[in-house]
Parts: sequence; structure tokens; C-alpha cells
Amino acid sequence: MSKLKYESPIIKQINAGITSKFGELSTHKPTTHIANVPVKSLIEKYGSPLFVINEQTIRNTYQEAYHAFSTRYPNVQFAWSYKTNYINAVCKVFHSEGAWAEVVSGFEYKKALDNGVPGDKIIFNGPDKSDEDLKLAVENGSPIHIDHFDELYSLITITDQLDKRAKVAIRVNMDTGIKPLWDRFGFNYENGQSWEAIKKIIFSKNLDLIGLHTHIGTFILDPNAYYIAATKLADLAINIKNKFKHDIQYIDMGGGFASKNTLKGSYLSGTDLAPSFSDYADNITHALLNAGFSSEDLPLLILETGRALIDDAGSLLGTVLANKRLSDGRRSMIMDFGVNILFTSFWYNHLISPAQECSLYTEETVMYGPLCMNIDVIRESISLPPLNKGDHVVVHRIGAYNMTQWMQFITLRPKVVMIDTDGKTHVIRESENNEYISKLEITPKYLEHIDL
Amino acid sequence: MKLKKNIAISESGFVFNPEIGTSFTTNSLGVAILKQLKTKTSTEEITSSIIKSYDVDSITCEKDLEDFIRILEQFNLIED
Repeated sequence: MSKLKYESPIIKQINAGITSKFGELSTHKPTTHIANVPVKSLIEKYGSPLFVINEQTIRNTYQEAYHAFSTRYPNVQFAWSYKTNYINAVCKVFHSEGAWAEVVSGFEYKKALDNGVPGDKIIFNGPDKSDEDLKLAVENGSPIHIDHFDELYSLITITDQLDKRAKVAIRVNMDTGIKPLWDRFGFNYENGQSWEAIKKIIFSKNLDLIGLHTHIGTFILDPNAYYIAATKLADLAINIKNKFKHDIQYIDMGGGFASKNTLKGSYLSGTDLAPSFSDYADNITHALLNAGFSSEDLPLLILETGRALIDDAGSLLGTVLANKRLSDGRRSMIMDFGVNILFTSFWYNHLISPAQECSLYTEETVMYGPLCMNIDVIRESISLPPLNKGDHVVVHRIGAYNMTQWMQFITLRPKVVMIDTDGKTHVIRESENNEYISKLEITPKYLEHIDL
Repeated sequence: MKLKKNIAISESGFVFNPEIGTSFTTNSLGVAILKQLKTKTSTEEITSSIIKSYDVDSITCEKDLEDFIRILEQFNLIED
């Protein structure tokens, strides 16, 4: 006679109280497959933990975003935000869809060049551009988005020395009715600083002002903020045309679109809260189309959204190391992945599903990572069915920022695998080993041999 | 070790303590264990009956049972 399927016994108290109208339906559909590939086989083949990128999801999301804007505005260009995920294979999927590169450091700039992006399609943003970086960008004809006056003066000096012209834009910060105001980047609109920078560029010998750029914040849940931002940039562009008879070629609205992750402290889940690409597109294109540009002067609209394009395509597979009961009776679970590789667990209550069939009975659980550090908490409280040591879970929507902000700390960083559109798997970043980590270390000669 | 008198258990996993009015839900193995605890039973006896019926090794079973019994004690559902 075959035995019954085992599941740990659990019991939980029913708390009669006012029903929360904000609560999510607490069903626990297991995620046994990603892009039709069994989670179990992925872990068997590549180990645990494991980052998995679904190429088809990247392409679907990109096309959805592009469609939302291109059906509302005649001239649209996306630029892939390297800092969001700069694994080469991921960047190349975006480039193959037509996205330019948007970079914020010399390191990222060279990565984009190595990925085969032509210099004039690499947008160079950010406050940290060395003179060497600026020279390279000038030589390659890249649009340089100036962040501060020191950079503006450096660029004037560099272009004079090289006797070359540079294509530039300025980053503009502004009040769009949301907090916090990101005034640490770029030139302020309201106090006239951005107009001062524009005048300096217009009257400079070797700088060509080709664009205006803003990036109003991150995880912006109010699309109307983009309407205000686009209106202000369009106002600057029209003033430049009227005052200096100079056409601005593009308006770059930056990024900041929210993904469907749930922010910590949010009553509603991210899937209910996050505006759609159409919501953002409506606001931005409506502002530009009604700003007063003649139809032949409508600037190119550039978008640098990162998070909303890649979050859904990434999953982190992991394994239960142990179950523990805390002193107050709560269940806790130790996983083989920690906050060092899942940086976004500081911001989000990530959706985490069991990767095997399980019952509907759940228990509130504290989910810890494996680090011997008190801060290593993946979820302070998550309702999960009982999982045994060795069971697997899938952390959803982790494509943005984790594979760039992860840290080698206590444990080594795992492999990243991409599932292509035919369902084939490819390792796109190897796991680290001790040799790789030690490679950069130099032990002084006198410490080479120790006797204990 | 025994389940306290008057504790009501339904087949679907609803548990009610009429003494203080608290109610609980438990899964199918929880129901099976609580039923065994209606009469005085040792953890060894419960473990061997679970291993006989369920696809589980003795270490996992023993560990989970001890954890379950600690929670029953915390909820004031069992007595010595």
C-alpha cells in the first residue's frame, strides 16, 4: 500500500476581528516551472540559490512599453538603464529590441561599447564622469548629460583641448508635486539654474545642446508627476527655440516607473498600485503634444525606464536550510539566499512561492537568509505552507538592481541563468569561487607563512 | 500527554476550545495527531504511527512532532 504524502503538522489560532479590506488573497499557488522549465531541474543542474532570467518576459515587457508610447507619440526611443541590470546577455536582449544604452559611469560606458552599442547611442548620465570618461564620450560622439557646473566647465576645457565638438544635454531637477525632490542631480528648474546652464552651453564654442533630460525619482506611483515634468522640459525647449533660435532634438524623461513589487509599508499590493505603461505614456505624451511644438519640431522622446522593464523577468530560486521556532512561538525559516544577493528585500515585501505542490494550510513565518548577521531578514512575516529542509522556493520580480547591487559577503554570489525564447537554458554569469575572490588580494611577503 | 477534555476537532481541521472560546485550524496530519492525543499517548507511539502511514523519515517526523507539541502546549490544548 502506498503511503500518504507527508506535510508537517501545523496549527494556528483563528483571530476573530475586523476583516482587513486591504488584505491580499492568501492562496499559495506553487511555482513549479519558469518558462516551462521545471524549477527542480534548474536547481539540480545549476545549484541553489540561482538567479533565472526569462528572455521572453523581457521582450514582452519591452514591446508592451514601446507600444504604449509609440502609439501615442511619433518619435520614441528607449535607452536601457545599465545600472538596473548590466549583465551583458540582459543588455543585449534590450539592444536587440532596439534600445540604446544609458550609463552612469566610465565602467558602464565601456561595458556598453563592449556590447557593441555605437557611441552615438550611449547616453552618458550621472554625477561621476572623470576627464578621461568625458574625453572618450566626446571622441565617440555620445550624448553627455551634464549634471553640474563643474562638469560643464570641465567639458568646455576638454573640448577646447581636443578641438572637438561635444553633443550635450542637461539634467534638470524640478518640483513635480512629489516627495522627495531629487534636487541633488542636475540643475534646478524653478530657481533658474537650468536656464543659466543652458545659456552657458549655447554661448560656448564647442558644445552642442541637443537635449533636455530629467529623472524625477524612483518607483513613482503618480503618473501625473510625469505630466508636470514633461510640461516643464517642453517649456524650456520652447523658450530655447524662441530666445536662441535653437532646436532641441530630444526630451529625455528618464526612468522611475514603478514595477509590480509591493513596497514595505504599503497597504495595497504592487499589482494593484503600479500604474500601467499606458498611464505613464498618457501623461508624458499628452504634455509634449500640447506644449506648443509645431508638428515638424516635435522632439524625440527618450525613456530610460529600467525597473519596470526587467523586474518581472527575474526570479531567484532558493532552498530551505532549516526551520526554527522562535522564542515567542513564531515559525522561522532559514534560506540559502540572503540580503547580500537579494538587496531589494530591504525595499519590498517580495512575493515568494513554494516550488512544489503544497497544502492550503499556512503559517506566519519569518524568512531569514543564511548570513550570520541579524539584519539578514528576507521577509519579516510571510504566510507560507510548511516547507521542509531541502524544499525550494521562487522569489518573484527580482530582475532589477539585485544583479548589480549584490554583494560578495560571507557567501559567494551564485550563477545567473537565462531561459531563451525556445526554452533552452544558458549560464549568463558564472558563480564565484574562492580563487576568483582571492585573485585581487595581495598578501605582504612577511605574512605569507604563519606558524600556529 | 493528552489532549484537554472538551476540545472539539472536526474532520476538516477546525479545533475549538470551549473552556476559553479559542478556535484554531490545523492540517490533516494535525487532525490525525490531535485524535491520537484524545487518549494518553507517548510521542514515540505517535511517531511510529505517522511513519507507518506517511512518506516521511523518522528524523523529520520526530522534529516536526516535537515542534507541533510545543505549539499545542503554548495554545494550552494539552495536559500531562
